[in-house]
Amino acid sequence: MHDPLVIAGREFNSRLFLGTGKFPSNASLEAAMVASGTEMVTVALRRIDVTAEEDILDALDPGRVLLLTNTSGADDAEEAVRLARLARSGGYPTWIKLEITPEPRYLLPDGVETLKAAEILCREGFTVLPYVNADPVLCKRLEEVGCATVMPLGSWIGSNQGLKTKGAIEIIIEQSLVPVVVDAGIGAPSQAAEAMEMGAGAVLVNTAIGTAGDPAAMGAAFRKAVEAGREAFLAGLPAVGRAAAASSPLTGFLTS
Amino acid sequence: MTATPVALESRPEGVPQQSAAADLLATGLAAALASATTATDADVDRALRATRRSLLDLGILLSPAAAPRLEEMAALAHTASVRRFGRVVRLFAPLYLSNECVSTCTYCGFSSENDIARRTLSPGEVAAEARVLRERGFRHLLLVAGEHARVVSKDYLVDCVAALAPDVPSISLETQVWDTATYRRLVDAGCEGLVVYQETYDRDTYAAVHLKGKKRNYEWRLAAPDRAAEAGMRSLSLGALLGLHPEWRADVLALAAHAQALLRRWWRCEVAVSLPRLRPAAGGYQPARPVSDREYVQILCALRLALPDVGINLSTRESPAFRDAAFKLGVTQMSAGSHTEPGGYVEPGGAEPQFEVSDTRSPAAVAEAVRAAGYEPVWKDTIGARVKDASSAVQLRP
Repeated sequence: MHDPLVIAGREFNSRLFLGTGKFPSNASLEAAMVASGTEMVTVALRRIDVTAEEDILDALDPGRVLLLTNTSGADDAEEAVRLARLARSGGYPTWIKLEITPEPRYLLPDGVETLKAAEILCREGFTVLPYVNADPVLCKRLEEVGCATVMPLGSWIGSNQGLKTKGAIEIIIEQSLVPVVVDAGIGAPSQAAEAMEMGAGAVLVNTAIGTAGDPAAMGAAFRKAVEAGREAFLAGLPAVGRAAAASSPLTGFLTS
Repeated sequence: MTATPVALESRPEGVPQQSAAADLLATGLAAALASATTATDADVDRALRATRRSLLDLGILLSPAAAPRLEEMAALAHTASVRRFGRVVRLFAPLYLSNECVSTCTYCGFSSENDIARRTLSPGEVAAEARVLRERGFRHLLLVAGEHARVVSKDYLVDCVAALAPDVPSISLETQVWDTATYRRLVDAGCEGLVVYQETYDRDTYAAVHLKGKKRNYEWRLAAPDRAAEAGMRSLSLGALLGLHPEWRADVLALAAHAQALLRRWWRCEVAVSLPRLRPAAGGYQPARPVSDREYVQILCALRLALPDVGINLSTRESPAFRDAAFKLGVTQMSAGSHTEPGGYVEPGGAEPQFEVSDTRSPAAVAEAVRAAGYEPVWKDTIGARVKDASSAVQLRP
């Protein structure tokens, strides 16, 4: 079945986005990319150094994956916009994962600054994918200024705690006109499947794959989970109910 | 960038209100210190099982009762580190600008009383050192100098930072401490972080080892990270020299409390800690109480478990064998191939080093050891100083 994810007019056959931090080597990152089947990979501009002998970008095959640079480390809208413009002037794709996380411990996103930066970057022609708290109203506001997706967190980055914000993400999915990418906190393939079953357009995973004993094998496991979750969503999951539902009708004897 | 200005003009005694230094001084550490000596096995069990750990838990994990549980602690610390920071370690190099010093600090090779070859690099010589370090892979440099306000002046430091900023993505500073206005000038020139060791948090020991010079003012130094944060420094690194104070547990607890206070007060800053063990240096200082390898590993693990988001630095003062094994327990940043004498990268041995380096391997050899351990050595991980045009930090074009 042809079921591509479409973001800003571009089709993706994989609904698994991959973050590139925390991997033990470029080789392991490369292997995980292949095994996961991902077509969208995000790289922090803070890690890019094309003057170095070996750079994180060396692991990427631009023919196979779209490079989504991110503004990790930016404190405010001004810094994020500056980073995005630098990426564009460096010849990188104008797809930007907007991350404004002024608080370096939990790396929680600053919604106020994110909206400000998104507005500027969308106006300047960037394809903006903002990382945000699971805030349905903020997601609508970001959609209104022209963001290509919204990327609410499941729980805070790197926590592997899964969908702590499930209720809010359900509302975001219900209301959103753009794809919803669950972006952080997904620590196990089952959690990725859960997000996809809920109707998320895609998930972004990093820590769970990058720090796994075998990142490539974990990438493959996530690939299957994301596909399974998506298929279940499309198939129409039966509703979960508290009351028993007999498989043979209890009122079948009533003939009229 | 801050809601709580720290107004300091000269060098008053006392710390400003609304500062992490004041918060630290108001923190009662007696209970945590007591638990560091009297903790029981049951306390250790509880501290190990906790998901969030307090200073009291840190005391317990530093206690003799926790010492036999080192392997358990190491496993937890390793797991916590991998989850939070990944299988990566950042590499940096110190760049010594000057060993001129007017202070007398009994443990330091640069101490004014020591009859040593003194040298101060010109900004041009500093740039030459940086070029060598760049060729070796470094993108994170720490500028270090002795305390000499005339030779190693504010203007000189601003000139050095400005000379490096176009080519060095991350510049941090470890010199005498300055006022907020000077830190602001340094940030504007391209300085991203401040490193300031309190050396020891114990006032009596502090007074006993700092005999002469401005460094004798304990509280002016204690509030330096507050002033730097107010000026816009992105990262703050604290340190205590293990071996100065006979009660190392007290210094570790105070250091952790200081880090916590900074995290709360300056919530936008990254905070890291260093706990170098004293090394032989000119002057022949003997540590009051050397910290053993086993104790040192206990300290690293306990800190990682109590402060899961704080960076931990590991210096070349430690041996290669120790560093290769211990870095996996929570270290986030290591120096490599360090020279502690000014000009030492272009011309090794041309001046007196601050201390003897123990891990003398080349940066490439250290990076290889990191890779062999299944970790990625990270040479660049920064967007630079909080300045309007920090374009050097994002090196997107050759």
